[in-house]
Amino acid sequence: MVAAGIDIGSTGTKAVLFDGEIRASIVVPTGWDPKAAGLEAFRQALDCAGIAEGDVHSIVGTGYGRVSLPIFDRKVTEITCHARGAHFLHPETRSVIDIGGQDSKVISVDEHGRVAEFAMNDKCAAGTGRFLQVMAGVLDVSLEQLGQLAVGATPARISSMCAVFAESEVIGLLARGADKGSIAAGIFHSIAGRIQGLAGKVTLSHRVTFSGGVALNRELCSAIGASLGVDMCVPHAPQMVGALGAAIMGFEA
Amino acid sequence: MREICASFDEIAGLRERNAIALKVAKDRGRKVVGTYCLFSPVELIVAAGAIPVSLCGTSATPIPAAEKVLPRSLCPLIKSSYGFALTDTCPFFHFSDLLLAETTCDGKKKMYELLGRMKPLHLMQLPQVQDEAALEYWVLELKRLTRRLEQAFDVQITPEKLAAAVLLLNEERRSLKALQDLLKRKPAPISGMDLLTVLHNRGFTVDKREAIGLIDRLTAELAGLSDNGFSPFTSRTPRILLTGVPVGIGSEKVVRLVEELGGSVVCFESCGAYKKVDPVLPGKDLLRSIAEKYLRVPCSCMSPNTGRLQLLEKLVQEFQADGVIDLTWQGCHTYNVESFTVKRHLQETVQVPFLQIETDYSESDTEQLKVRIEAFLEVIGTRRGGRP
Repeated sequence: MVAAGIDIGSTGTKAVLFDGEIRASIVVPTGWDPKAAGLEAFRQALDCAGIAEGDVHSIVGTGYGRVSLPIFDRKVTEITCHARGAHFLHPETRSVIDIGGQDSKVISVDEHGRVAEFAMNDKCAAGTGRFLQVMAGVLDVSLEQLGQLAVGATPARISSMCAVFAESEVIGLLARGADKGSIAAGIFHSIAGRIQGLAGKVTLSHRVTFSGGVALNRELCSAIGASLGVDMCVPHAPQMVGALGAAIMGFEA
Repeated sequence: MREICASFDEIAGLRERNAIALKVAKDRGRKVVGTYCLFSPVELIVAAGAIPVSLCGTSATPIPAAEKVLPRSLCPLIKSSYGFALTDTCPFFHFSDLLLAETTCDGKKKMYELLGRMKPLHLMQLPQVQDEAALEYWVLELKRLTRRLEQAFDVQITPEKLAAAVLLLNEERRSLKALQDLLKRKPAPISGMDLLTVLHNRGFTVDKREAIGLIDRLTAELAGLSDNGFSPFTSRTPRILLTGVPVGIGSEKVVRLVEELGGSVVCFESCGAYKKVDPVLPGKDLLRSIAEKYLRVPCSCMSPNTGRLQLLEKLVQEFQADGVIDLTWQGCHTYNVESFTVKRHLQETVQVPFLQIETDYSESDTEQLKVRIEAFLEVIGTRRGGRP
């Protein structure tokens, strides 16, 4: 019995094959064609594990593109999938913070990995991967470099959470000669503040797992952990948690 | 629904037909009073021989026009209501001789000052607490409205006319309650979208007796269909109670999404629906009884607003709701803040899953709303022991 979980997000498309253990784990860029990206990630995962498509007994789709693939046996929202995936990786998890390309979520999870409640950002890029991308663009660095820049720097004050206004603020800071490191640290603090506001809406435990592609950025993880006053547990491949949860649900169905 | 239920079809066409009926009535000398809120004591309008029509804006269409004057961040209901007036695109506003408004929330209150420049407007000062002193004051406000209507339309509101109006409107409330109570059946015999369509279009009727008859026929037809096992849902369909701000056709986005994603909206605890069915309990002093009825409307502009918590608790049980969605329009501070109290109260009492949604009349956040609503339905599904 092998199940596939395919998470078609706004930025990356992830595929996981699961048979009680993770057999393959693949990320491809979503690009403009979520359908093709989903099929490509699935094909690469099959190749990687050396499993034939016919041997996959269940395919569960999640993420924004979950509506786009006819091969899905079932579609589940990423909120439920992230909860299940985080619970599998860290069974003691009671809260999940998931920051993806276009939204962020704080999910409260019970001892079985089921969603108890959740909060999601409003229609706005504040506190999302997109916000980080815009800011990295202004500083003309990659997302990884943004994290490295922030190490040990004193955060500059960036009061706006709106991607557009914060961009003007950062441009203003650069014009006044502020150094990139403190701006990068300031950007992380701004996102942390936004997530803190979101986390106030659900019961947040001390056992928090941070999932989603943005969690690859260690500096941001520590900034958010510090602002929430919790130790953040970051999985080895945080961007795969949703696809993993989807695969687990397919496996258990 | 249209194919199998004749009365539903008839009601679905009411809004258009009634714009014409209203013009005919106007030509015959009838007066029309436009209202914006459940706090408007419609009994007085009816007793004055005038036709009450609801002007509460539920469409996004006139919002860009309204935003030339009103702040963008204001509640879409206020912008829509004002936009219809500004663009003169609502026949019911066009035919209104007098506008009746109340000091409910700050946004509406200040918008009414602007509306008053376009048409004669009577503003009632609504107390925001529900105690004896407030009632005394509210009775005086009803008397002031009585004088305004009598002078404006050159009529006398006699005790007999008032008593007849109370009877008629209580009858309307009885009929609306019976229709909505049908959805206590499991599964509900009609979708939330269809119920909303009926409640919305019914608001534009010129002849209340005719509308009551029509609603009663619909209720009977639906009861018959349900007895024969007809329902758009199954007994496993998650049953959602929608609370919070008023919704209508044009602002039905959340209702539509809940049902597209596999839920069934079984109850609307909002002012166009279940909040409306509370009757006048006639006592010795009829005007006072009317004042009591309107003052106890559990709207978030009241502080405290414990009536809403009690009503919700009761409705969750009666309608066997599996989850509560609290809908807040962007910029509606009172409902938005009160959501915290509602959530906590429901968690401590009936313990149903709760989701607050803040949105507006636009379609721009549809994808994000889908994720939230679908995840909420998944939470309900797992709680009932379904697949996680």
